[in-house]
Amino acid sequence: MKDTDIKRLLYAHLLCIFSIILSIFIPSVFLENFSILETHLMWLCICSVFVTAVNLVLYLVVKPNISSKRNSLSHKVTRILKCCIYFLMSCFSFHVIFVLYGAPLIELVLETFSFAVLLSTFTTVPCLCLLGPNIKAWLRVFSRNGVTSIWENSLQITTISSFVGAWLGAFPIPLDWERPWQVWPISCTLGATFGYVAGLVISPLWIYWNRKQLTYKNN
Amino acid sequence: MRLGSGAFAASCVAIEVLGVAIFLRGFFPAPVRSSSRTEHRAEPPAPEPAAGARSNWTKLPPPLFNKVVIVLIDALRDDFVFGSKGVKYMPYTSYLVEKGASHSFVAEAKPPTVTMPRIKALMTGSLPGFVDVIRNLNSPALLEDSVIRQAKAAGKRVIFYGDETWVKLFPKHFVEYDGTTSFFVSDYTEVDDNVTRHLDTVLKRGDWDMLILHYLGLDHIGHISGPNSPLIGRKLSEMDSILMKIHTSLLSKERETLSPSLLVLCGDHGMSETGSHGASSTEEVSTPLILISSSFERRPGDIRHPKRVQQTDLAATLAIGLGLPIPKDSVGSLLFPVVEGKPVREQLRFLHLNTVQLSKLLQENMPSYEKDPGFEQFKMAEKLHGNWVKLHLEENRSDILLSLGTKVLRQYLGALKTLSLSLSTQVAQYDIYSMAVGTVVVLEVLTLLLLSTPQALRRGADLEVPLRSPVFSLLFYLVFLVLSAIHVIVCTSATNSCYLCSLPWLVAGGLMVLVSALLCAIVSTLTRTVIESTLLRKNAALPSSRWSEMDLLLMLGTAGHVLSLGASSFVEEEHQTWYFLVNTLCLALSQETCRSCFPGDDSKPQHSVHMLQDSAVYRAPILHRAGHASPSSEALGGHTRWAILASPWLVLACCRLLRSLNQTGVQGAHRPDLGLWLTSSDHKVELSGLAALSLLVIFLLVQRGCSLVSRAALALGLLGVFCYRAAIGNVLFPWQPGNKGFSKGIIEARFVYVFVLGILFTGTKDLLKSQVIAADFKIKTVGLWEIYSGLVLLAALLLRPHNLPVLAFSLLIQTVMTKFIWKPLRHDAAEITVMHYWFGQAFFYFQGNSNNIATIDISAGFVGLDTYMEIPATFLTVFGTYVGPVLWASHLAHFLSSEASSGPALSRACFCYALICSVPVATYLILVTSLRYHLFIWSVFSPKLLYEGMHLLITAALCALFTAADQNNRAGPIQRWTLEMGGS
Ligand SMILES: [Zn+2]
Ligand SMILES: [Zn+2]
Repeated sequence: MKDTDIKRLLYAHLLCIFSIILSIFIPSVFLENFSILETHLMWLCICSVFVTAVNLVLYLVVKPNISSKRNSLSHKVTRILKCCIYFLMSCFSFHVIFVLYGAPLIELVLETFSFAVLLSTFTTVPCLCLLGPNIKAWLRVFSRNGVTSIWENSLQITTISSFVGAWLGAFPIPLDWERPWQVWPISCTLGATFGYVAGLVISPLWIYWNRKQLTYKNN
Repeated sequence: MRLGSGAFAASCVAIEVLGVAIFLRGFFPAPVRSSSRTEHRAEPPAPEPAAGARSNWTKLPPPLFNKVVIVLIDALRDDFVFGSKGVKYMPYTSYLVEKGASHSFVAEAKPPTVTMPRIKALMTGSLPGFVDVIRNLNSPALLEDSVIRQAKAAGKRVIFYGDETWVKLFPKHFVEYDGTTSFFVSDYTEVDDNVTRHLDTVLKRGDWDMLILHYLGLDHIGHISGPNSPLIGRKLSEMDSILMKIHTSLLSKERETLSPSLLVLCGDHGMSETGSHGASSTEEVSTPLILISSSFERRPGDIRHPKRVQQTDLAATLAIGLGLPIPKDSVGSLLFPVVEGKPVREQLRFLHLNTVQLSKLLQENMPSYEKDPGFEQFKMAEKLHGNWVKLHLEENRSDILLSLGTKVLRQYLGALKTLSLSLSTQVAQYDIYSMAVGTVVVLEVLTLLLLSTPQALRRGADLEVPLRSPVFSLLFYLVFLVLSAIHVIVCTSATNSCYLCSLPWLVAGGLMVLVSALLCAIVSTLTRTVIESTLLRKNAALPSSRWSEMDLLLMLGTAGHVLSLGASSFVEEEHQTWYFLVNTLCLALSQETCRSCFPGDDSKPQHSVHMLQDSAVYRAPILHRAGHASPSSEALGGHTRWAILASPWLVLACCRLLRSLNQTGVQGAHRPDLGLWLTSSDHKVELSGLAALSLLVIFLLVQRGCSLVSRAALALGLLGVFCYRAAIGNVLFPWQPGNKGFSKGIIEARFVYVFVLGILFTGTKDLLKSQVIAADFKIKTVGLWEIYSGLVLLAALLLRPHNLPVLAFSLLIQTVMTKFIWKPLRHDAAEITVMHYWFGQAFFYFQGNSNNIATIDISAGFVGLDTYMEIPATFLTVFGTYVGPVLWASHLAHFLSSEASSGPALSRACFCYALICSVPVATYLILVTSLRYHLFIWSVFSPKLLYEGMHLLITAALCALFTAADQNNRAGPIQRWTLEMGGS
């Protein structure tokens, strides 16, 4: 592992953070009365699109993964299709989990689903970019000691911190402060975003800090 | 002294219960009381002050009204009369309010807004303490002075029709009465017809001085279908016509006798947006109070908005109106508009009487009363009053007299207001000393528990409680002496009343002994722990077992819940915390099942990240996990594997369903839920089907562990439960869809009780048998399961039919978790205990409970009883409320004892359970003490405190059960367990 790797990781993460910041400021140039809280759905969509785009660009530019051996067009198409299906499935399963956690079943379906999309963008999209539609690899990365590169390590950290952020974001909902951001799912989406950003910031630093102790055995 | 850790934990919890009881006694202040309440001799009324001149007016002024009729409509909210509903449905009353000879007020009811304390407040004028909420269940005769007592003493004839509570509060006070029970909350016509049917004759007779009517129907409608139901309008119209009838009859009587009468329309409390009451929302505390009399002058076009007054003001007003002495404990002030039409001298006399009574009460309850601004105002007013009387007696009819009169009047009104306010706040005085002693006891016990945790959890069975070591006897006597000295100092210098000081010396001394003994035990445990840990460190670095993620989650979740109790919203919405935690637990379990079913690369160390530095620490859990997971995952067939994977999701789905069954808390309570849909009368068929299905599921899930006899008993018992619900009209028989008359279902319920007792008896017998005849733990397991199934049957009887699915799902989740999660994944006894605790708490809320007194289902206390019997009713209500925690804990007892290596597991579980229940209680005591001046202390924190106290009591009982179940495992199985541990 070289320091250049960590540097590349850091730049990639900064780009992701930048895309989130852009998603807050760019729409207000084009759209009137855009704000995160009032037109929350809009922001959710824009943020998801931005983050997905940046992730895809990063994937194409950086290519952290060794690309597969077969490179035929049909293989690529099925791979992309598979990725889409995985993404949709993750959106739906997040939606189901939110409902199980107590999100209203019928009202606010759109809000709940967009939150699921956002969370999938933060977690599933990087996974798909990095690991491809390969459940085995996913399981390996998220099992206790399965990471094989700093990319996978940072993926683990950002994903977990997004989840934890979304989880913590649910805490203010029952409080009686009567703030606009306490409405479902705003606090959770904000929590997930903060968690994601925190993960993006923390993971290069953590890897840099522990670079002496970390050795990845590539197979 | 050696103790098993289970017995140790049980005795610790018992001592904690004592501590909490002392705390509660200090926390709920004794209400303001007149000290001369034991002797009820009539004191002479205060004479008119006359500043040297001789006033000839020493007797009580004559009554203002000849007759008084009080129409009390339960749960009458202010907007039902003064709002748009009143205009629409109560035309006559609104006419009287707007144009008639009447005075209308919005009377503020102090929480707890429950019927009995409110009746007390209306009739005695005093503020009942919060403890009266609990005593609402059994209303004993009122000992305090009240308008009714004074009326009886003055030889007035009082007639009462309505809620039976009055008859219990005022036994032998009414010359004629007919009490209706609020037994069937679903009945809202008959309760009121029972009152109204007497009306015609009693109005015609007129041989009474005071008539009290208490209508319950509106409250019942509120409880069934809320304040926006169409039934409300109909009921209000009915009440309006009744009021009209009474008023016209009174007017015609007045024409004959030529003396005015008073008609009072009031409510005891309001109704929240869901139709319940008990808390302190504006809707619950605002009640209308309308005084109607032909003696009131009302100029046409005189529009007044109802003024806000206190509910306690009515007692003083009624007493003055009837020419009676004001009740001694009354903190209310006279509603001045009532006497406005009288000559100034009489007005001043009335105000003087009221102020004298209030200042007397103040003198008796406040040591530094002379500095109270109200008292100073009163002295001033009395002096001016004397001057006025002197001038008046000198026949001075000048302007000076008039201006002085208004000045005195204003002074008196100000004094009344201040006195009444300072007396009302006097109620909020805390007995800090008792609270502190209670907290110290609880904290000491908690520290002791925490300190012995490593010992109890690691070594398992036995604990050394060093009480008799001679080194500490000196410390003990020293602490005891110091504490006694503190006690004497505190008690001799205390200004306000103190519970501990009022105890006999021997009891207080015993308490001091307990406190100092606990302290010594803590010190000795601490020293021993320190010594042992240094020894250990010297010996070798034992591989410290790292905590798994599950342990971390359980620890953090429990700690988070405890901390969340400091915020009032989190207390109100505590169910959300538990649902959230249980969901997270299920997700964590599903992750764990994934890990154990797809071992993946986990057990192959070549792929792992090597943390070079602490690889030694890291290797231990890998081995540990591999040792845990591999044999189980290999042994699993394909089907079981999928079942294991699916079971957390099944539990999640069940929890989600249950969550939408009963909306609880404050924010969500108004949302429509399945329970409301099921209980509405249109969906009786669905409810019946669901109840039958749930009972069937309960039978199928429970019968598998029972012996043949108790299986039959269980089946018959569950059948009896359905018959009981059908008899009281909650559900329908498929072959008997018609609406026949409802009974109280006494026979059916008692039929079920017989089976409950039978099954419990068989279970206890089996337990005893396993204790006497060697350690055959099969018999013991069956015995524990039978006790558990007896409790399930009792719960099925007590829970309302729409809550039966909660019971069924609880059993289902227990079965699924046992079979597919706890057994295959081999969780630790401590982990399983904490999970049981979490689920128990979640089920407490699933059944519709909350941290609000209003959600307690009191009807459970009447199942199978035809009269109110205090002890069984209390027991049944408590059991019905805490079904969730009790069932989960008894399931825990059975589950752990059914495991082969149950030796120390059960006592360890008991220890964990005691610890995990006492941490929130101890923390909450400190939180409540520090938040005692919080705005929501009465409405949010105090009810929660009562719930916590009751939960601790139940924990003590459960720990005793655990210890009893564990007793026989003391001798033999320990060796067996050590053998097994050696073998594995
Ligand atoms: Zn009531
Ligand atoms: Zn009620």
